[in-house]
Amino acid sequence: MEATKKEQLIVSVSPHVRSDETTSRIMWTVSIALMPAFLAGIWFFGLRGLFITTLCIFSCLASEQLYMKWVGRKSVVSDGSAALTGLLLGMNMPASLWSFSPFTVHIPVIASFVAIVITKQLFGGLGFNVFNPALIGRAFALISWPKAMTIWNEPAAAFLALDAKTTATPLGILKEEGAAKLIEVFGDKMNLYMHLLTGNRAGSIGETSAIAILIGGLFLLYKRYITWHIPVSFLATSAVIAWIFGGKGALFAGDPVLHLMSGGMMLGAWFMATDYVTAPSIRNGQILFGIGCGFLTMIIRLKGGYPEGVMFAILIMNCFAPLIDRGFRAKVFGGLKQEKAKESK
Amino acid sequence: MGIATFKGGIHPPDRKELSANAPIIDAKVPKVLIIPLSQHIGAPCKPVVAIGEEVKKGQVIGEPTAFVSSPVHASVSGKVIAIGEFPNAMGRMVNSVVIENDFKEEWTALRDNPDYLGLSAEELREKVKSAGIVGMGGAAFPTSVKLSPPKEKPIDAVLINGAECEPYLTADYRLMLERPKEVIEGLKVLMKVLGVQKGYIGIEDNKPEAITRMQEAAKGEANISVITCEVKYPQGAEKMLIKAVLGREVPPRALPMDVGVVVQNVGTALAIYEAARYGKPLIERVVTVTGEGIRQPGNLMVRLGSKVGDLIEDCGGFKNSVGKVISGGPMMGFALSSLDIAVTKGTSGILVMTEEILAHSGEFGPCMRCGRCIDICPMGLMPSMLSVLSEKGHYEDAKEYNLFDCFECGSCAFVCPSKRPIVQLVRLAKSMVKP
Repeated sequence: MEATKKEQLIVSVSPHVRSDETTSRIMWTVSIALMPAFLAGIWFFGLRGLFITTLCIFSCLASEQLYMKWVGRKSVVSDGSAALTGLLLGMNMPASLWSFSPFTVHIPVIASFVAIVITKQLFGGLGFNVFNPALIGRAFALISWPKAMTIWNEPAAAFLALDAKTTATPLGILKEEGAAKLIEVFGDKMNLYMHLLTGNRAGSIGETSAIAILIGGLFLLYKRYITWHIPVSFLATSAVIAWIFGGKGALFAGDPVLHLMSGGMMLGAWFMATDYVTAPSIRNGQILFGIGCGFLTMIIRLKGGYPEGVMFAILIMNCFAPLIDRGFRAKVFGGLKQEKAKESK
Repeated sequence: MGIATFKGGIHPPDRKELSANAPIIDAKVPKVLIIPLSQHIGAPCKPVVAIGEEVKKGQVIGEPTAFVSSPVHASVSGKVIAIGEFPNAMGRMVNSVVIENDFKEEWTALRDNPDYLGLSAEELREKVKSAGIVGMGGAAFPTSVKLSPPKEKPIDAVLINGAECEPYLTADYRLMLERPKEVIEGLKVLMKVLGVQKGYIGIEDNKPEAITRMQEAAKGEANISVITCEVKYPQGAEKMLIKAVLGREVPPRALPMDVGVVVQNVGTALAIYEAARYGKPLIERVVTVTGEGIRQPGNLMVRLGSKVGDLIEDCGGFKNSVGKVISGGPMMGFALSSLDIAVTKGTSGILVMTEEILAHSGEFGPCMRCGRCIDICPMGLMPSMLSVLSEKGHYEDAKEYNLFDCFECGSCAFVCPSKRPIVQLVRLAKSMVKP
């Protein structure tokens, strides 16, 4: 034990062992969990879907890199969060944006900038943003270019088809023409469900395939990257409201299955509302958060001007996340059961 | 029956296999011993020997100056060669007595009293007190104080902590294997002192052999039961163990005695037995010397005041590139800055971690509020909020999030994917505000 050896001892505060979980591993795992839904999107919307999503990922990475360079801070691109935001943003865009006449390719780029720089970095970077960056990016695009953002390609299931026909989304038909018309368009109810389940319907690139999203969501549950609290309370609340109030004329005549599998409900409940940063971190609070998301989604779908409400519902609930955490708090050990402990003695 | 447990907790790799099968052997007694006069929580002792004085093994060298304190004894016979300030494991300077060993091993008078259970509670308590016994699990709280509960707090159960939930450490495990009878006798002394009818021994179920041995030893003792607890860190924390074994929750800021329980560690129980029967003071303890960076991991019976470096040499020295030397376990232990630190009553292990397996926490990311720490916090706190508030200097606000209920088990920092130094930030906040 020579003197040099002694001087080399490292001193730091306990604990001296750490789990091997890291932020970037979480981000990349969530990205992998999105792959089934992403691949389904490419299957149904072809190269356009791939182009738009890639453009979003690239724009998000570039926005973050350039911003960090501009403010003179260390690059954080490798944490994977910007790439994940880009992927989610792309999957929330219509494939029809890949169009040069009229020119709409700038929309994903600007939406990416809004998502990364304005929504995330200006609020202090990862962990400090109030709103889900991908959803703000999309909301910004929807409000700024309402027409371009609501042109929906018919799922062609042809990879190279760049001249897809446009059509309405199931929720669009439901809003404008009613449930009877929707079933008529798809033939029968079973056929409609099958289309919604597999993703063979108009919509944003990555939101259409309920089954593919569910596979990714269950994978995250299995890996314990998310818990059941938000998705289950979100979906259950939506289903109950859809069932009670979703029918024409009578109560308890709505179609919860249709509502759960259409629009951005599945993608929102499993991948957007469960964003760590913008959801409450207390599990019981997450249930309230999910109920709020479901409630607002259905209010907008049934009573609002837009056919779809998942995006605004989650963004509104994002505002409440810190408040919910404050209100619920964690239950301190021995705190509430103080009386009981005395009794059992 | 479900296995005894509590809510929260983590599963760090336990690495006990390094030293679990090594029987306790006597460490080489060194030539010079540095014996700190404060090896416990509470007031430091004042020295009662002078430089140049000859002392016998077991002789009192430091006397307590307050109720919450504990006497210190010479762990060898020899000559006092210095009294002065030496750093302890936490890096603080502590008044210490340095003794040069004469290797005569001359004891002060010890007397075997096989009828120790016939002594009165008062006499037994006095024996524990004068033997200088403190909690040997790490916290080093004077045992005599725990054994003197105020009248309005009746005690109805004594719990022996055999969880040893810290990874790597096997000192208590070896004691349960090798000296189960004496541990049970120690428990009986405790029950006698406190006038308690129920005794429990809580052991994690990754130590089946210890459970069997203790059950055998407790056979015929109708009021002593061995309870199997789930393997989960921090199962051995007092409050968690009480919850797991007895189902009682100690309220925030309260003590186990507030729910009628006294908890003592396995090693402490043994020391109590030896004090009750032989009047033997606490001058040695079992220390697990282990880790990837040590050549021959083992469990040593060590004289208090031996230097950490002595133990490492005893175990074959370092191998590989050494990163940290830790006093205690990897979750709550103290990283040492020098190998000249003395082993004290609370030193449960010396862990040598290599450069490769060290978690360097120089850089950490922002909290992304994933909630993992909240899920696993055994105290039901929000470590994420505590760390953010402390990082931003809002120490007063941290109090609102139950800052002072944190006992720094480190589970939150273990699971944190952003590698945030949560325990460090909590300690900083605690030091900046009053409870």
